[in-house]
Amino acid sequence: MNWTLALPEIVLAVSGLVILLAGVIPKKDNSFAISLAVLGALLLAAVLVLAQKEGTAFGGQYVADSFSGFMKLLCILGAAMGLVLAMDFFEREGLARFEIPVLILFATTGMMVMISANDLMSLYMGLELLSLPLYVLAAIDRDNSRASEAGLKYFVLGALASGLLLYGASLVYGFAGTTNFDRLADALSAQQGVSAGVIVGIVFIIAALAFKISAVPFHMWTPDVYEGAPTPITAFFASAPKIAAVALLTRILAGPFGDVASQWQQVIILASLGSMVLGALAAIGQRNIKRLMAYSSIGHIGFALMGLAVGGESGLRGVLVYMAIYLFMNIGAFAVLIAMRRDGRAVEGIDDLAGLGRNDPAMALAMAVFMFSMAGVPPLAGFFGKLYVLLPAIEGGFYFLALVGVLSSIVSAYYYLRVIKVMYFDPGLPGFDPRPASLSVVLAGTGLFTAFFFLFPAPLLAAARQAVASILG
Amino acid sequence: MFTIGLGHYLTVGAILFVLGVFGIFMNRKNVIVILMSVELILLSVNMNLVGFSAALDDLAGQIFAMFILTVAAAEAAIGLAILVIYFRNRGTIEVEDISALKG
Repeated sequence: MNWTLALPEIVLAVSGLVILLAGVIPKKDNSFAISLAVLGALLLAAVLVLAQKEGTAFGGQYVADSFSGFMKLLCILGAAMGLVLAMDFFEREGLARFEIPVLILFATTGMMVMISANDLMSLYMGLELLSLPLYVLAAIDRDNSRASEAGLKYFVLGALASGLLLYGASLVYGFAGTTNFDRLADALSAQQGVSAGVIVGIVFIIAALAFKISAVPFHMWTPDVYEGAPTPITAFFASAPKIAAVALLTRILAGPFGDVASQWQQVIILASLGSMVLGALAAIGQRNIKRLMAYSSIGHIGFALMGLAVGGESGLRGVLVYMAIYLFMNIGAFAVLIAMRRDGRAVEGIDDLAGLGRNDPAMALAMAVFMFSMAGVPPLAGFFGKLYVLLPAIEGGFYFLALVGVLSSIVSAYYYLRVIKVMYFDPGLPGFDPRPASLSVVLAGTGLFTAFFFLFPAPLLAAARQAVASILG
Repeated sequence: MFTIGLGHYLTVGAILFVLGVFGIFMNRKNVIVILMSVELILLSVNMNLVGFSAALDDLAGQIFAMFILTVAAAEAAIGLAILVIYFRNRGTIEVEDISALKG
């Protein structure tokens, strides 16, 4: 058995246990050292992912290919940036606990298992290893009633989603006779007319994953959880786990369920249309910027699903490129949100950004770049993300989908531009507290990527194309 | 003679599943009932998997059921922990009171 293939996950899991012990044993607070250790473990895992060979292991339960490598690197990057954002925030809030980095580490392990899953069983284990730490993280600010409500809502709906996923998995197992993705692909392509049980099972699985990526009509937890959870935790929720869930959805829909695309394509198209429209319209009236980001992330997931619905090499490549760009824009925008502190307290209103253009021109410029990019203004990165899903949609004849995409993008530009207007033109409020160096580093990195992606798009596009080729095989 | 076959197991599984889902959405009393409904859903899945496993003469379903049992225990522990901190902050676990966040 070729267990060395799963070395990145094994290293992360073992180092998670060791770091947890190192956090428990000393009497005094050591959360900073623990955070650094977790960052080191993530870096080690990233190196191991880069060095990973391709193949399957654990009786076909685990697969490593260039798709898993691409997605895992994105997730590790998202988790690491989320952790950097969290370190200083929790210190200032007086919440610095060593559990936070360790939970992020375990969630990352879950994401990597999920991305490499080649069997319904390993899919479920990965998903749960991701979800359970996330429930705890949402409620980590345990004396705050809003955070505990967010945790409770996330837990109940997440548990329901796991139940739906399992029920779907049991039906697929029963009617197709196997849980392995490769054998499922054979079974579904060989049968003359797939049995209704399998179709129902696939729909259940898609519904459960739609919960995880917060696509319409399973989005209702997103605004509440994003608003209630501490901001760096929200930044983490909105980035890495979504990428992992989109990766999982892409792998199962392109792989084992690829031959029954006619059965699930309508579902994905409807979810995509609904997410784009809701993301554009529901965000307009929001005053809390975390709720605004929640609806914005629903809209972005709609675009990623558009690529998935179109399918084929170019459509799936669009999904991967979109998620990569979304990661940078989103983490960057959340870095600005985390820097919004006045007199030692975090503020969350859009109006609180007033005067940022004068008080802190650098951060206002970065925020303007992220907002223009999310609205899809060329030549920023977000424009290319949308371009690479809209072009395949038009080429594939999905005109209505593309049209709704463009229109919802125009509508959403209204609230992105409003943020910029508040920053530069509204009567100024006193400046924010000085931001820590770690935030500036993340802001600069994500801002430069978002602003100058158009100069060097080739490496990302080539990596995405190679990744897609490995699952379409 | 009346024999109990796969169809009966699946029917029981489906009934339990529907009961669980309705328990989550129709319930207006308290959150403990929601946790019980989640367990009911997981139970229905296990019923399905074991039924299929016997019918297909394939062990994978039973192994899957074991994994689900393990995860269900962890999930219930985390759910109860979150419920405890929620109760400490609010002093209630009525479903209708969980509405501070909306918009």
